[in-house]
Amino acid sequence: MKLTKLLTSAAMAMGLATAAMAEDPTKVGFVYVGPVGDGGWTYEHDKGRLAVEAEFGDKVETVYVENVAEGPDAERVITQMALQGADLIFTTSFGYMDPTINVAQKFPNVKFEHATGYKRSDNVSTYSARFYEGRAVQGTIAGHMTKSNVIGYIGSYPIPEVIRGINSAYIHAKKVNPDVQFKIVWAFTWFDPAKEADAAKVLIEQGADVILQHTDSTAPQAAAQAAGNVVTFGQASDMSEYAPFPRVSSIIDDWSHYYIARTQAVMDGTWETTDTWHGIGAGMVGIGEISDAVPEDAKLAAIAVKATLADGVYHAFTGPLNKQDGTPWLAEGETADDGTLAGMNFYVEGIEGDIPQ
Amino acid sequence: MDLSAINPVLLIASLMVAATPLLLAAIGETVVEKAGVLNLGVEGMMIIGAIAGFATAVESGSPLLGFVAAAIAGAALSVLFALLTQFAQANQVASGLSLTLFGLGLSALMGQSYVGIKPPQMGKLDIPVLSDLPVIGPILFGHDLMLYFGIALTAAVWAVFKFTRVGLILRAVGENHDAAHALGYKVIKIRILAILFGGACAGLGGAYISLIRVPQWTEGMTAGIGWIALALVVFASWKPWRVLLGAYLFGGVTVVQLNLQAAGVAIPVEYLAMSPYLITILVLVILSADKSSAPAALGRNFHASR
Repeated sequence: MKLTKLLTSAAMAMGLATAAMAEDPTKVGFVYVGPVGDGGWTYEHDKGRLAVEAEFGDKVETVYVENVAEGPDAERVITQMALQGADLIFTTSFGYMDPTINVAQKFPNVKFEHATGYKRSDNVSTYSARFYEGRAVQGTIAGHMTKSNVIGYIGSYPIPEVIRGINSAYIHAKKVNPDVQFKIVWAFTWFDPAKEADAAKVLIEQGADVILQHTDSTAPQAAAQAAGNVVTFGQASDMSEYAPFPRVSSIIDDWSHYYIARTQAVMDGTWETTDTWHGIGAGMVGIGEISDAVPEDAKLAAIAVKATLADGVYHAFTGPLNKQDGTPWLAEGETADDGTLAGMNFYVEGIEGDIPQ
Repeated sequence: MDLSAINPVLLIASLMVAATPLLLAAIGETVVEKAGVLNLGVEGMMIIGAIAGFATAVESGSPLLGFVAAAIAGAALSVLFALLTQFAQANQVASGLSLTLFGLGLSALMGQSYVGIKPPQMGKLDIPVLSDLPVIGPILFGHDLMLYFGIALTAAVWAVFKFTRVGLILRAVGENHDAAHALGYKVIKIRILAILFGGACAGLGGAYISLIRVPQWTEGMTAGIGWIALALVVFASWKPWRVLLGAYLFGGVTVVQLNLQAAGVAIPVEYLAMSPYLITILVLVILSADKSSAPAALGRNFHASR
């Protein structure tokens, strides 16, 4: 008698539990490398998160952790999120690649999405945007606008994503201004306003009158504004608080469509491992408004580049192109394949300096 | 490689800016240690000053008011340290460390809503003829007020130590608090005043980072400058002018390494990144050859009954 009672109540409890699970909202977690208020990279990912909330309302619950250092600490945070019952976790920085893969092995039922990486598994997808298409537009404007012919570039880490951006910007700046020269400083951080500000100041002191940045804070914009006559571009986010000058345009990452689609896939049970790499055409890379500080011809040239990139007529890496050491890379009219781009570890001909190893 | 791209005049001007936060914090700590107190909480007081100054400047629109608030906030945090060590007789090393940890946490909390905001800009000195002079102009007459304040403060501290009775009493308290007490000086009161001064200076240094050098607020943005300030005081053997020299040296190497990178010098970046610390330590070790000058009562608590 007692045993049957116990079994019945256990069965009832289980029934209740499954019923409760069915009503459970889908839990989506986000791991950020900077603060949500950085005005750049993390800010845009958080906008994507808010878009997911707006789209699904009560059916989703989102959680996020900001300022997560790349490395062991990330593994701890991702594990914690998975333990707390997240169904889908977006890890939004390159350095979370190995932690994401490690945690994913331990939680086969949780889906993971890693931004800008290249390692996938049964429950880990990767996604990234073709930022280099935006760099092509920036390079075009930069080449037109520089008077000193020196363009400063603040790199974060020497990884393929950043090197692609440098190459793309250089190729397109050179196209409109053959005398252009790039000065590259590696900050070895994604987000450190003090360091970014120092780097920008140094570049300006060495004659750069256009600064491109691949770091996430607005500190270089502030440094350029203080200098007075230096052009900058918003990185990852519009950074429109510095428009119309020094910020003359920007690359805007738009993750919201992707985040909504992937959350929907988890809800429907149709989620599969994918490798997404979208550009201007699919709307993942946006070009912020080109301000009136840009001369009309430069503006038109930039818009033309953007349009041809968007409809696929033109590829940002189209031959003839040589590598830095002069060896041929792409023949006339040939375009780069995604494999080479994903692992890009060389400068194109004309850029001075070495990539730190 | 193109070293001609480095403009020495601009280099000196920007190293002075990079050195000022360090100078302000270190000169404050020099006074504290001269009074016989070891406050390891410089980093914590700096970051509190950075956020308090930033928040005040943003809300009021006046950077100067921000600096005042930063000094008050730094001093307010140091009151905690003064209470612990001067009245509760707590261990100075432990109290100082906890002050740093507390300051870092509290500042992150206070700064939540100030991330990514632009502060009002501080005007630069612009004297019609002098600021336009070719070499001397940008180096000597083209900076913001706080930079000159830092140098003036160094001179003032040096003069007070060397020429005034106040400086003599302060040093007496730091060398032998029992003797100073026997002479009728109020050891605890003098030490608390020194601690407050140190806190205010550290606060100013922090605000210089968040309001002028960057200018922006981020969590943990002092990034270890407080610790370097502490080391600087020891290596400068508690002499104000050597503190200034050390601060400029550190600022100089920081700026030079970025300049070399931009000029395309092929040295691995990691070496360049650690060079400021290495060179500062090296030169200051040489400077500190005379070890006689450590205040004899440094780090020892005073109680009148003992």
